[in-house]
Amino acid sequence: MSAGTSTKPTTAAGTIKSVLTKDKLRRFVFGTRERTGVGQQILVYGLLICIGFVYLYPILYMISTSLMSMEDLLDTSVKWIPGSVYLQNYRDAAKSMEFWKTFGKSIAISAVPTLCNVVICMMVGYGFAKYDFKGRKIMMGILIFSYILPSQVTMIPTYVLYNKMGIVGTLWSFILPAVFGHGLNAPIFILIFYQFFRQVPKVLMEAASIDGAGHLKTFFRIAVPSAIPAIITVVLFSFVWYWNEAYLTSLYVQGLSGDAFWTNLVIAVKDFDMSFNTKASVGDTATSLNESVRMAATALSIMPLFVMYLVLQRHFVESIDRSGITGE
Amino acid sequence: MSDLKKEKKRVRKPGKLEKREARMGYLFVAPWLIGVVAFLLYPLGQSFRYMWYNIRITPVETKFIWYGTQNFSQIWLESAEFPQGLVTYIWKTIVEVPIIVVFALIIAMMLNGKIRLRGFFRLLFFLPVIIVSGPVMNMLVSEGAATIPAMNVQAIVSAFGRFLPDKAASSVGEIFSNMIMTLWYSGVQILIFLSALQKVDPALYEAAKIDGGSGWECFWKITLPTIKPMVLLNAIYTIIFMSSNEQNELINMIKNAMFSGTKEKGYGYASAMAWMYSIVVTLVVVLFFLLLGSKKDKYDRAVRRYRRQQKREARLQKKIQRRSKRNARKYASGVRRNKYKTYDGSGDY
Repeated sequence: MSAGTSTKPTTAAGTIKSVLTKDKLRRFVFGTRERTGVGQQILVYGLLICIGFVYLYPILYMISTSLMSMEDLLDTSVKWIPGSVYLQNYRDAAKSMEFWKTFGKSIAISAVPTLCNVVICMMVGYGFAKYDFKGRKIMMGILIFSYILPSQVTMIPTYVLYNKMGIVGTLWSFILPAVFGHGLNAPIFILIFYQFFRQVPKVLMEAASIDGAGHLKTFFRIAVPSAIPAIITVVLFSFVWYWNEAYLTSLYVQGLSGDAFWTNLVIAVKDFDMSFNTKASVGDTATSLNESVRMAATALSIMPLFVMYLVLQRHFVESIDRSGITGE
Repeated sequence: MSDLKKEKKRVRKPGKLEKREARMGYLFVAPWLIGVVAFLLYPLGQSFRYMWYNIRITPVETKFIWYGTQNFSQIWLESAEFPQGLVTYIWKTIVEVPIIVVFALIIAMMLNGKIRLRGFFRLLFFLPVIIVSGPVMNMLVSEGAATIPAMNVQAIVSAFGRFLPDKAASSVGEIFSNMIMTLWYSGVQILIFLSALQKVDPALYEAAKIDGGSGWECFWKITLPTIKPMVLLNAIYTIIFMSSNEQNELINMIKNAMFSGTKEKGYGYASAMAWMYSIVVTLVVVLFFLLLGSKKDKYDRAVRRYRRQQKREARLQKKIQRRSKRNARKYASGVRRNKYKTYDGSGDY
């Protein structure tokens, strides 16, 4: 301060120079209105990388632990990188889970209801978006209400109903509600389609009807092809959600009986300890139950979706952009 | 006055074409409507009935025994499990939902800037959505993969304990120890925010910059108001996700009660639990809705006020008219009965 206010011209000029450089430095680090500074960028990248690491931590931990042999587990000097790539854990876990069989069943459990879900939700979303009829607003209200309502409250009578119909323990207990627009998370999908079809210009439909297309033809020829981004989104999410659903699957499709036919990989992980112990007592597997085997089982159950995610990453990541949830 | 009335009464009858259109609309929605009856209303009514009964299933038949409110008194008074679980659930939701939403917003803002490798980071932050499922999470948590060993939770708790009550401090500690799980729940939210942020009109920011607004002001006055609906959407999504996630103890409690072989539990007991649980969930949603819901903006409010004013004035006008009519009638009858003597110019009254 005193230097800046000094009367001597030479020192004043000097301070101006130094102020300039300081200013430059400040600008360089903190940036200006027009461009971000290096300091800001370092901060942002640092934070992103840190958080990214935290995100990946469980997966890295899982992979590294699942590759450890018994000696590595006991050796305190081995923390992250196993001494050798030990694949026996995976073999044991796969054997205990009956990986390929369960994998096939998982695909069936996720794919078939997803198909019904997509078709029906598309129709319903189209109906809500393009037609104006009495009680539409109330119905939309019910739709949102059915999303907010926890499924537990309708679970018990539904189970009783299915039991009476004799479809507990079969895939029908997932297909049936999906056919009637009440599959897993169906309200979200209906809303996605609703949003999407509202953005399709009405002129297009009118042009079709002038050219002589009926309502159904308009739907199949114009609405469905234009909704392909939304369809991809819904297919992916529905598949993933059905795949990861353990609570309802074990209740309806597996049927909670001891020797059920239907099961999926996620449920296999849930019951892993028990099934592994029974298998181990028979002498089917080489090692006893330890965290490596459990992590290997978890990794196996994640694997299919993980591969799917890597292959279809673009569709997943852009799905929300394109589904139009956030409006235009 | 009468013109206004007429206009209100006149409702346009829908034409033939519109009727047909409406019918098609019903046709498209029909499967879902059947589903509403079969999979929503009927089970809802049924479970409402169940909760007043004790239901025993024998191989021969299902016995319904009227219990009245006994199920409820059992749940609330005889075991502390459910009330405690409920309190924990509410507490956890109220604390964690804002954390998840704010965290998702921060990450989305960071990704929204000019950043290299944005695609990679998006991929990374979305990954948990694919993986997250109850059993897998349980497995990871039980093996200690969900906590970062370098983070000393005890120290954090004691640090917060100095200026917070014990309960709050311990819940803060819980949040930190389950940090990864909390972060993992925010994959979809990040993407929703990101796609909303990219749709904010850049002209708004430019205008603000020209007027000398700082980044901080831009955030509060432009970004936040624009994406406010998304904040609400994300909050509700998070609540629903957390309440139907398998890590939630309460829903497992309900399922266990449903299939427990004991005499007093069973379908009725579980229904009562489920009803109370869903009422609590709905209340939490309503709470967040009230906190974050869009208030009508100034213009809207002004218009409403103006309408109300007009209505009031119209009412007043009507009242005045009525009064004046009545008074005129009264006066007329008075005149007929010679009640009022008017000055007729004769000189005396």
